[in-house]
Amino acid sequence: MKLTVWTYEGPTHVGAMRVATGMTGLHYVLHAPQGDTYADLLFTMIERRDHRPPVTYTTFQARDLGSDTAGLFKKACQEAYERFKPEAMIVGASCTAELIQDDPGGLAETMDLPIPVIPLELPSYQRKENFGADETFLQIVRHLAKPMEKTARVSCNILGPTALGFRHRDDVQEITNLLYEMGIEVNVTGPMGASPSDIAKMAQAHFNVLLYPETGESAARYCEKTFGQPYTKVIPIGVGATRDFIEEVRALSGSTAPISEDRNRQTWWSRSVDSTYLTGKRVFIFGDGTHVAAAARFARDEMGFEVAGMGCYNREYARPIRALAKEYGLEALITDDYLEVEQTIEELQPEMILGTQMERHIGKRLGIPCAVISAPVHVQDFPARYSPQMGFEGANVLFDTWVHPLVMGLEEHLLHMFREDFEFNDAAGPSHHGGHAPAASVSGRDAPVSLESKMKPEPVPNASGAQIIWLETAEKELKKIPFFVRGKARRNTETYAAEKGLGEISIDTLYDAKAHYAR
Amino acid sequence: MNDLTPPPPSLGCRTSPVLKQRGQREVFCGLTGIIWLHRKIQDAFFLVVGSRTCAHLLQSAAGVMIFAEPRFGTAILEESDLAGLNDAHTELDREVARLLARRPDIRQLFLVGSCPSEVIKLDLSRAAERLTQQFAPKVRVLEYSGSGIETTFTQGEDACLASMVPVLPDTDACELLVVGALPDVVEDQMLGLLEAMGIGPVRVLPARNIDSEMGIGKNTVYALTQPFLSDTHAALERRGAKHIQAPFPLGEEGTTAWLRAVATEFGVDAATFEEVTQAPRRRARQAVAAAAETLRDKTVFFFPDSQLEIPLARFLARECGMTALEVGSPYIHDALHGPDLDLLPTGPQISEGQDVDLQLDRCRAARPDLTVCGLGLANPLEAEGLSTKWAIELVFTPVHFYEQAGDLAALFARPLRRKGILEAAE
Repeated sequence: MKLTVWTYEGPTHVGAMRVATGMTGLHYVLHAPQGDTYADLLFTMIERRDHRPPVTYTTFQARDLGSDTAGLFKKACQEAYERFKPEAMIVGASCTAELIQDDPGGLAETMDLPIPVIPLELPSYQRKENFGADETFLQIVRHLAKPMEKTARVSCNILGPTALGFRHRDDVQEITNLLYEMGIEVNVTGPMGASPSDIAKMAQAHFNVLLYPETGESAARYCEKTFGQPYTKVIPIGVGATRDFIEEVRALSGSTAPISEDRNRQTWWSRSVDSTYLTGKRVFIFGDGTHVAAAARFARDEMGFEVAGMGCYNREYARPIRALAKEYGLEALITDDYLEVEQTIEELQPEMILGTQMERHIGKRLGIPCAVISAPVHVQDFPARYSPQMGFEGANVLFDTWVHPLVMGLEEHLLHMFREDFEFNDAAGPSHHGGHAPAASVSGRDAPVSLESKMKPEPVPNASGAQIIWLETAEKELKKIPFFVRGKARRNTETYAAEKGLGEISIDTLYDAKAHYAR
Repeated sequence: MNDLTPPPPSLGCRTSPVLKQRGQREVFCGLTGIIWLHRKIQDAFFLVVGSRTCAHLLQSAAGVMIFAEPRFGTAILEESDLAGLNDAHTELDREVARLLARRPDIRQLFLVGSCPSEVIKLDLSRAAERLTQQFAPKVRVLEYSGSGIETTFTQGEDACLASMVPVLPDTDACELLVVGALPDVVEDQMLGLLEAMGIGPVRVLPARNIDSEMGIGKNTVYALTQPFLSDTHAALERRGAKHIQAPFPLGEEGTTAWLRAVATEFGVDAATFEEVTQAPRRRARQAVAAAAETLRDKTVFFFPDSQLEIPLARFLARECGMTALEVGSPYIHDALHGPDLDLLPTGPQISEGQDVDLQLDRCRAARPDLTVCGLGLANPLEAEGLSTKWAIELVFTPVHFYEQAGDLAALFARPLRRKGILEAAE
């Protein structure tokens, strides 16, 4: 038993729903109690889908448990088939139905429906959403994809995109265009956008482009083994990775078509003088393994940030993320415990968080800017505009999105210079985010004070165990430091004082520590 | 006094035939109630003993994650908990001890049962007893079920309040108890009206914290402010308390009828009642009239969601001039919903329970001007050209009593006004 406040991943059957909802012509019959239908709103509200997810829930109740829940399942299956006339069905159990052991797959098999019925075994008490999506897509491919001759022209499949994926809609478009520029046709994109009959002809492709390993890697491995289709390993997020991806695809396809980088503005934007202020900004990166690895490379090599910490919530990626963190001189945080992530961020005091919707809330609480780079998603992660993360346009989008939450170059200096200005002070936050921060008044500095008190750590004991006391003048001086670095300054000063065995912190200690940590 | 209130219809819906279907239900489970209960009861923590699905539901239903650390969490059952129930109890004790150590402000802990905990027959009442002994007197531990196999949506609040009734102390005092979680601002308005009529002291269930709880006994009279509290109603009757039947305080008419029933019980004279209610009644009518311009002569179709459907249909029909085509409710209880059904003019199909696909067929055939439904259905129906009102907003917004009557009407009017604006510009 594990106490959880917020979760990064939903249950396994939600992963299966992401596959089913992304596809067309497929229906999912889910053995589940009343209430599990809440999952529909993830798709209709967060993603603003204009159709109900193709899911029938058996909706059993307590009074059914003693009688015939298996009969209820078969009835739901039959009615779903007759009403929706799908090309294929997937059947499975949610966490509660798993306990009553009705065996939906076996039951459906006895019904002799005239379409393929694919049973899903998704252990709800061991695994999570990404596994559910990955396994569901694998089973669909295993059951439906047939050996076929390769297409005459070189072609590939795009694997991994699902409903409710972080920017999957636009990534697929960007990469499809890129492949087209390289003279490569996309045979099937799936699961999102594919029908069962599309899946059937996946073997026609010469190779696979795996965009989202979290949800597509098992299928990619299966296709490699069964149909001799190699798959791409580079995730084209960032300019460098996109170039590497192009090279990888060239090697797999023999394409020699030149690729224009006209649309790549990111590289110059990062080199333009206004970006100087981005240099060495300390960022903390957290999300799914794939997006974290890509973001770390982009952050350090293409934005000039310092990666102060990184980690992922999906344990399946613990090993590669640990290895990667080591390359960055860090220890990876592998956890799906939101409070642990919050604590780590509080300790590290980064200048920016690159995270998920969860970290956005942590950032709000701690007064640290945050840009979202990974699922779990929120309604605002489905923008109306074209907004990919991948390819050259994706790199442009990343630049804009990551810079937006920050206080910009000269503004940062002005805040240092005129910190007591009643309108233009650090409590007001970046000036281009009007209305985000509470209005500052001449007398009240409510916002920074409350932030401060939240961020204020417990008194730190020094080397001899005695507690360190901030002198009033030093405390006052600390308040003059802009809020977005104040937490870090406090922590650095206290660490410095503790190391030096000091019992109190004066203005001198504050500036000694500043010099000590100068970079 | 009844100058502007139309007389009750000659034939209400109380005896109308009820369409009962079962199939897929597009409703939340009772765990959802935790979203508002954990804010209402300020010293309580709600610990769901369930699965990852339960945690995910709470997070998704909350819509946006709550800024502060919430006073709820899920103890997620793992493979090992399913193997041995004794171990599960030990694990639960450990998690509770850890939680209470971290949150010393918690005075009441609700262990909330879920579908998986009930299927594996994890006895939470035993756990609650054991933990109460361990943590008394500082913390009281109660348990109730919010599982989908037992409860829909608002029944979670009912189960929670019902679990509190047996532990309230006995009293002989002749007091009014108002039952149902209302937003604090609405609760204060209600208490103000009752006080002005000379009724008091008034007790409220749920109380905002454990110290302001009340006693119950044969002289207690109670009125419900929410139509989904049937188990709490039964628990209070078992304690000998007396129920004041009334329409629910939604809209000017409902609020007046509710207050009048209470006033009659407490012998408030007509002049006092008139004096206290006159001004807010006028304001409520005025505010409703503004929104009713958009709603008049329009049709409305209710999918079952919160059990608020019948009183809301009554409000829309009698105060806003709408015609109800179908009024679906998860459950209908005569003792609770009867007075509202009496006032709802005959005509609409009353339905209880749901087979969502069949109900969608009826809705599409009826082409209502406004469909009240859950979040899973709203966008798909909008895409088909049907205007919708998310039912959950009616539970999360202050809508009861006089000063909110206009807001309530406006909630229904807004989708229609929006459609009008966007279509006029096309």
